[in-house]
Amino acid sequence: MSGDSPSAGAPEADSRPLPDEQPGPDERDHPEGRRNLEGIRIDPVVEAEHESRRAVISALVEDEPGVLARVSGLVSRRQFNIESLTVGPTTVDGHSRITMVVEETDPGIDQIEKQMAKLKPVISVGEVAGDAVTSELVLLKVEADDPAAVHAVSEMYDGRTVDAGPDTITVELTGDKASIDSAISAFDRFGIVEIARTGPTALARGDTPTAPGEKPGTAGEPTTHDD
Amino acid sequence: MSDTAAQPRSDADESDDGATEEPTDPDDGPAAGAVSTGAESVVAALEAAGAKTAFGVQGGAIMPVYDALYDSSIRHVTMAHEQGAAHAADAYGVVAGEPGLCMATSGPGATNLVTGIADADMDSDAMVALTGQVPTEFVGNDAFQETDTVGVTRPITKHNYFAGGADTVGDTVGEAFELSRAGRPGPTLVDLPKDVTQDETDRTPGPATPPAGTDPDPNADADAVEEAARAIEAAERPVCLFGGGVIKADASDEARTFARSYGIPVTTTMPGIGSFPEDDDLCLSWAGMHGTGYANLAITHTDCLIAVGTRFDDRLTGGIDTFAPEAEVIHVDIDPAEISKNVHADYPLIGDAGRVLDQLTAAVREAPDAAAWRDRCEEWKETYPLTYATPDDEPLKPQFVVEAFDEATDDDTIVTTGVGQHQMWASQFWTYTEPRTWVSSHGLGTMGYGVPAAVGARVAADTMGEEDRDVVCFDGDGSFLMTMQELSVAVREELDVTIAVLNNEYIGMVRQWQDAFYEGRHMASDYTWMPEFDKLAEAFGALGLRVDDYDEVAPAVEEALDYEGPAVIDFHVDPEENVLPMVPSGGANGKFAAAEDQL
Ligand SMILES: Cc1ncc(C[n+]2csc(CCOP(=O)(O)OP(=O)(O)O)c2C)c(N)n1
Repeated sequence: MSGDSPSAGAPEADSRPLPDEQPGPDERDHPEGRRNLEGIRIDPVVEAEHESRRAVISALVEDEPGVLARVSGLVSRRQFNIESLTVGPTTVDGHSRITMVVEETDPGIDQIEKQMAKLKPVISVGEVAGDAVTSELVLLKVEADDPAAVHAVSEMYDGRTVDAGPDTITVELTGDKASIDSAISAFDRFGIVEIARTGPTALARGDTPTAPGEKPGTAGEPTTHDD
Repeated sequence: MSDTAAQPRSDADESDDGATEEPTDPDDGPAAGAVSTGAESVVAALEAAGAKTAFGVQGGAIMPVYDALYDSSIRHVTMAHEQGAAHAADAYGVVAGEPGLCMATSGPGATNLVTGIADADMDSDAMVALTGQVPTEFVGNDAFQETDTVGVTRPITKHNYFAGGADTVGDTVGEAFELSRAGRPGPTLVDLPKDVTQDETDRTPGPATPPAGTDPDPNADADAVEEAARAIEAAERPVCLFGGGVIKADASDEARTFARSYGIPVTTTMPGIGSFPEDDDLCLSWAGMHGTGYANLAITHTDCLIAVGTRFDDRLTGGIDTFAPEAEVIHVDIDPAEISKNVHADYPLIGDAGRVLDQLTAAVREAPDAAAWRDRCEEWKETYPLTYATPDDEPLKPQFVVEAFDEATDDDTIVTTGVGQHQMWASQFWTYTEPRTWVSSHGLGTMGYGVPAAVGARVAADTMGEEDRDVVCFDGDGSFLMTMQELSVAVREELDVTIAVLNNEYIGMVRQWQDAFYEGRHMASDYTWMPEFDKLAEAFGALGLRVDDYDEVAPAVEEALDYEGPAVIDFHVDPEENVLPMVPSGGANGKFAAAEDQL
């Protein structure tokens, strides 16, 4: 733009093509390639599509106020599909473990881990290997019309009667998701009054650390990453 | 105040149990040495962190901290509104390369900061916010002026703290400062219950370090760098995309060296404006929704995109499926969570932008064979220049005003803006050559950012001894109306800023979208009820000018720039002017509309 003679009124005409003299969107050549919605280049032969899968993510966190709100807020804000979230203390004072089950694509799972790792109170986070030991707990309140039968089913599933009254019996069961699901359907015939169920919590098998880099720790010792 | 504390920290092995240590050298600690209250400890921590200026508004819960500031070397700039304090601190940080500091009282003071904190968060700007809070015993009881500030600001801060006690509050503030600038910068907040700042303590805060795990290794993995270097050598159509991260990492020199060493054309993101000189032959200017046609074409056709310090915002990428569809992507970022978040990285390089660019410059042995590609980029530059029509009979064009200021000022001039069409023109029609000269609200797109940002930028330049630099704010009439009360601050503090309101009597960007996508139904976008801004400026005690025509532009620009103090020029510009080119939201970057009828 010249703009050097404002006193002459409007600036002099410019030699550059005006927008409406420039080739329009369809007059330009366009590349063949494409990306999918996850920003991955699509292989023309195999379309790079990702299936969701269930993943157990374990995070070791500083047990400071608001840590659960931070983690759950992050997960909800970023629209990740969270199935369950459990939290509890570890062997180290001031450290807690958060176990989260999500249903996501691989890039989604990767993002959850990376976003969680950014939170200041998160010490370490990672997916727990597929063969991890997972367990959840359920409290089941059923009608007490046939206490002996309730007791028998409960024994079958290694359950424990924690409360028995004239009208209802409450049983406690732990196990992996599949065995709890089948226990619940077995109890169904007594008439289930109420259920309270936690999500799974998990530990990696053998010597594998549950959260990456996690070392066995006891009260007062760091479990990982403080160098 | 310690000089070393203001340096970018590199040695991560400093003691982190410094809370118990008294500084041995008097120069290492706060001037007064001893503290007697939590508030004094807060101020001592700020001084030790190198804070020179704070922007804020007084109030009940923060009064002890303000009282402690009374004896401090830190300059406090009282703002008209806390939103202004946050934006001013943000802009101060952008210009000075140091975390900006803002302060507010509890409740409404803190909530008024929220927009500015969210803005800094989206743009990864280092900033520290201190908020007063009701005394600890009242927290949770809906006490007078109580807000759960930590809860409200949790998703918009890098981290926030609820100060636990007078003995530890200084260390917390020191840590918040260090955390805000460590790794990928961002805003941090410390909520300060009044009892915590009033209580007695003799604990001088120790040397601050960022929390463990937040200050990552600046170097990228050497093998990964080698692989990326081979990809660059093999490219036929390479393009560099420099984002705001290049500027934050002070890596403009490394970016220039890298691109020039290998003759690779450069585009920037909007926050990356100034990282590479726009008058360099290799520069294709900035890409994205209103970026240049040639930048968007280069990105669309590249086979090797070297993206540094960008988070691939959707205003940059357009539809992901059509973004750089044939490119292998080399992505350099300090934040691993940015890798493959929006665009899959074939070569992720995690590290500091400057260090990794140095690594790459050393690792590339042979420049890619890109002469033909550079010619093609040059042709695009000639075919799709940024331009506008200026026939005699048309009302004043806003682009002309931007160019007039650019011509009348030096290269180190700092430009701030509101959000809207004027922001786009200010970025399109000004030739930026230096980093930290373009100060705008990118990720959040906050109308009203411009005037308080000009205040913050001016204070920063003056603090750095750069009184000669000009600060020009391009604002829209709608944006100006949102925060123009900060003009009173500029008058009181005698800040030499020039505010150019590109007054189109519309919230123009909305009007443009209504014309393009809503059949011209101007619902709530017609701002013909605007006051006369020149007279308003005079009422504030500033210089006020009004310009309606081309021949008045140059004299007014000159008068405003010469005026020592804040000046406002109300430019009455063509209300129908549109920002072009434009990639419709979610569209393909290569299919930008170059003219109205292509939309
Ligand atoms: C705080 C805020 N409110 C609303 C918007 C939506 N918005 C984006 S651009 C724009 C128009 C801005 O008008 P003006 O400041 O007059 O600038 P112009 O586009 O006319 O240059 C609006 C309303 C916004 N970005 N920020």
